[in-house]
Parts: sequence; C-alpha cells; structure tokens
Amino acid sequence: MYNFIALIVGLLFGVGLLLSGMTNPEKVIGFLDFSGLWDPSLAFVMAGAIGIGLIGFTIAKKKLVSYLKIPILLPATTTIDLKLVTGSAIFGIGWGLAGICPGPALVALGAGISKALLFVISMLAGMGVYQLVTVLRK
Amino acid sequence: MIINWEQFTPWASFIGGAIIGLSASLLILINGRVAGISGIVGGLLTSPKKQDVWRYFFIAGLLLSPVLYKLMAGSPSVHYPSNGLVLIVAGLLVGFGSRLGSGCTSGHGICGLSRLSRRSLVATLIFMATAAITVYIARHLFGG
Repeated sequence: MYNFIALIVGLLFGVGLLLSGMTNPEKVIGFLDFSGLWDPSLAFVMAGAIGIGLIGFTIAKKKLVSYLKIPILLPATTTIDLKLVTGSAIFGIGWGLAGICPGPALVALGAGISKALLFVISMLAGMGVYQLVTVLRK
Repeated sequence: MIINWEQFTPWASFIGGAIIGLSASLLILINGRVAGISGIVGGLLTSPKKQDVWRYFFIAGLLLSPVLYKLMAGSPSVHYPSNGLVLIVAGLLVGFGSRLGSGCTSGHGICGLSRLSRRSLVATLIFMATAAITVYIARHLFGG
C-alpha cells in the first residue's frame, strides 16, 4: 500500500507540474525574467500549491503518525546556516541557467525529451559530488 | 516591468499548483514523507535501504505522468532550448546545490512554505534571487 501510494502521488505530482507549466523551461525563465517580458504564471503555481499544502501540512504537524500508521517525518532543523544559504544560492544559479529543477526534469525525461536525460545525469552527478564531499570530510 | 499576457496562464498554473499541493499533502498525511524531489532522489545515493523502495515508486510515478497527462489533456509543451553544455553545468549546480541546501523548489518552495518553515522561506528567497540574477545576466548582459 505504502509503495502504491508513492506511485500514485508521483503520478499526480507530475500531472500537476505539467498542467502548471513548470515543466516548460521557457515558462520558468519567463517568470524569473523580471526586467523583460514577465510571465507571472509561476506565482499562481506557488499560490495554488501552498494554498492546498497549508491545509495538509497544518494537519500533519499536529499528528505523530500518518494514516498508514507510519511516523510523520518533518525536518527538525530550524537554524539558518551557511550550508542552507550557499546551497540555495548555487541551486538558484543552476535553476536560472536552464529553467529546470529536479521534479520537472524527471517528468520531461518521462515525456521522452532526450536533452532531459543529459540534465538528469548531470544532476545525479552533482548530488554524487555532494555525497562524496560529505563522506570525505567525515 | 511589462507583463507577457500572451504566455500568462493563470488558471492552468493555479490548478496545476493545487494538484501539486494536494500530492504533497497526500504524501505527508498517508506516508508521512515530505515531497521534496531532490531529497527523494538524493536519498537513493546515500546507502539505499529496504525502506527506501517507495522512492523508486514515486520517481516511477513522475516518469509515467506524461502518459497520464497525454490521455487527459493532450501533448504537453516541453521544449529544452539550452545547449548541452548549459544543461550539464545547470544540472551539476542544481544537483549539488539542492543537496547542500537540503531542498529544491518542491521541498523548500512548496512543502517548506506550506509548513511555515523559516529555513525554507530563507532558502526560497535566496534561490529565487540568484535564479533571477542568473537570468538577467544570461539574457540581458550576454543577450542569451
């Protein structure tokens, strides 16, 4: 059941990304380009997602276990550190360069966009580099 | 600032966003997990355990979603205009940055903001800012 839910939620999440326009890099860049012809659509994606998400996460915060009796794992860290700031800054540069973030990249790969494979492999390599650095520093 | 009315899709974006929010809510309420894509994918690179199998199922759902979308709404418009080198550099930065910063657009921007996390608010403001600066440099200073 647990894995089946994950599959259904992944499907639904991907359909949401496709409908919203997030999977189209040109639309993402159109939103990030404040000094050019600005496309405000992505602000509407955020509003819709957070509007519904607020309800779900407000309920989740009050619960210890999920409906499948699994402990609800919410991030416990609250400190704003250099890792968070630097990581987010680097992520943003990559996002702005191509207009692609992880979820939409996987959806585009599923849609058969060959260039998405190149992006996903590079993204996995970037994650691998982070993992390697973490292991070596221990 | 001039609004690009031709590309503006308020309803599709809002409803698509609501579906994303619904998915994230279902994952946390039923499975107790946060729908952060970089975290779900990155978690497989650490030391995959038996309890991580759901991650493959979630990723399979994402990969199969265009098929479902096509049945309901027709072919989505997905075009990758960037050249290979830009895609490689962007992918490396997105992968590394999202792991170092513990999240991406979904984890911080949607789930984090939905649970009113201060860390996620800071992360979202920073990646929005650096992304906008990058677009400005690439498009207007180098004429990308």
